[in-house]
Amino acid sequence: MINRIDVSSVLRTSVCDLYSNLVTRPTGAMVRLGIEHQLDEIGDRALTILDFSHVRLLDFSCADEIVAKLLLQYVSVDIPRREVYFVFYGMSESHMDAIETVLQRHSLALVSQLADGNPRLLGVIDDDQRLIWETMRQLGSAEPSEVASSAGVSAERAKQTLEDLWRRRLVIREDHVYVSLCGGSPGMTTDEFAATDHSPSQLS
Amino acid sequence: MTKVIDVPPSLDDQSFEQVFEALAPLPPDEKILIDARRTRWASPYGLTALLTVAQTRLQKPALAIPESDDTATYWARTQFFHFAADLYEISGKIPRARSTEDLNVLLPVTPVAKTEDIHRVVDKIQNKAQAMLIGGLHLEPSATMRFTMALSEICQNVIEHAGRGGWVAVHAYRWQKRLGRKVVVISVCDAGIGFRQSLESAHGPRATDRWDDGMALEETVMRGATRFRDPGRGQGLAGVRKFIHDWTGKFSVRSGTARIAIVPEWDGDVPMRENLPFFPGAQVQITIPEKVVP
Repeated sequence: MINRIDVSSVLRTSVCDLYSNLVTRPTGAMVRLGIEHQLDEIGDRALTILDFSHVRLLDFSCADEIVAKLLLQYVSVDIPRREVYFVFYGMSESHMDAIETVLQRHSLALVSQLADGNPRLLGVIDDDQRLIWETMRQLGSAEPSEVASSAGVSAERAKQTLEDLWRRRLVIREDHVYVSLCGGSPGMTTDEFAATDHSPSQLS
Repeated sequence: MTKVIDVPPSLDDQSFEQVFEALAPLPPDEKILIDARRTRWASPYGLTALLTVAQTRLQKPALAIPESDDTATYWARTQFFHFAADLYEISGKIPRARSTEDLNVLLPVTPVAKTEDIHRVVDKIQNKAQAMLIGGLHLEPSATMRFTMALSEICQNVIEHAGRGGWVAVHAYRWQKRLGRKVVVISVCDAGIGFRQSLESAHGPRATDRWDDGMALEETVMRGATRFRDPGRGQGLAGVRKFIHDWTGKFSVRSGTARIAIVPEWDGDVPMRENLPFFPGAQVQITIPEKVVP
């Protein structure tokens, strides 16, 4: 299931309907709890679009509370909270400043859909992961052997890297097939993605 | 007997050291009079620090306000007297602030004691900051958000570390003598526990030959140390440092007996001053200069 959470609405409903800026740690913690509450209601596997379009300002403290602490719960190698994948949508240049900083601090990465429609990986990513992620973005969905062939790497390396990307919740795994979080073609928006065959059918 | 402390004619982060020096040897219960009659100008640092001075005294201090009408009126428009009236016994006629809308006062003196205060500060400053940073200082449009982020992070430090409320003010003016350009200055001052005690509250004093206010400032401001064990902490000041560098701005933090500064080329300050007269809490100043357009 693909669902969209408007972060600005969560701010107004969870904290104060007069606020339009995501600043301070207590505010960030409240917003994260509001997002978690919505996620709790959508099942054990989900792709969630976190929409920052209506957020004016995001400071470092709030980015740490909302983005980093949210992701950390779902990318744990040991016992992830649930299988939830995120696409961060509508982030401005100033949001990126704060988010890049906290991703670096926690060695995290995320998928962002920019205003021009192009998806982008942000955060801490090694060369292999970036290559395979970009290949997946082109393919939409594929088995490891197909990814290896397209990326020009060994099957074993492709398989291992896809598993790493899945653990980090940067690609979706469905049995033996991996699915890009961003649909099959560059420029596709999240709304378009939701309507494509690339959307992960097994997520519920 | 009341001890009289003279306020310099021009009151900023540098000249305020004279006030700290006069205060340091006095017991906190000694009655003092802050004599600002001859003061003609005060930066946001001067105004917010004057309020924190009153907070450190056990006996309500007295304040003689500037004799110059222009100066006293300006202080009224910055809302200084609105808060000083509770903290000081004021002598002299406080002018009525005919209007608090002043292009140069981007943010009047504002208390910072709880999270809601920071939301209020951020909401209040955005439009004015945009006009001043882009129109006045010729910075790129994205500077407004980064400037507000820096302001938010510095204010949060007061709430998370000081243990008591502080004050923030943001003014814009032409810095004729020192720079010959316009500047925007953020000042955030508190009289709380300070950087050294904040770190000690979690980690204890460091086992080193030199553990003092200067080292605590190095650890926190330059290396992002914090009393919280959460690995996500300490990013705020690091982010502020980055913005300051991008804008060739100046960032200084005074706490206890030391003062650390990130000094741009246009300023002759030193990166670290130690053995200053002790004053509680932390006093932070950010100065963003007008960009030189070729």
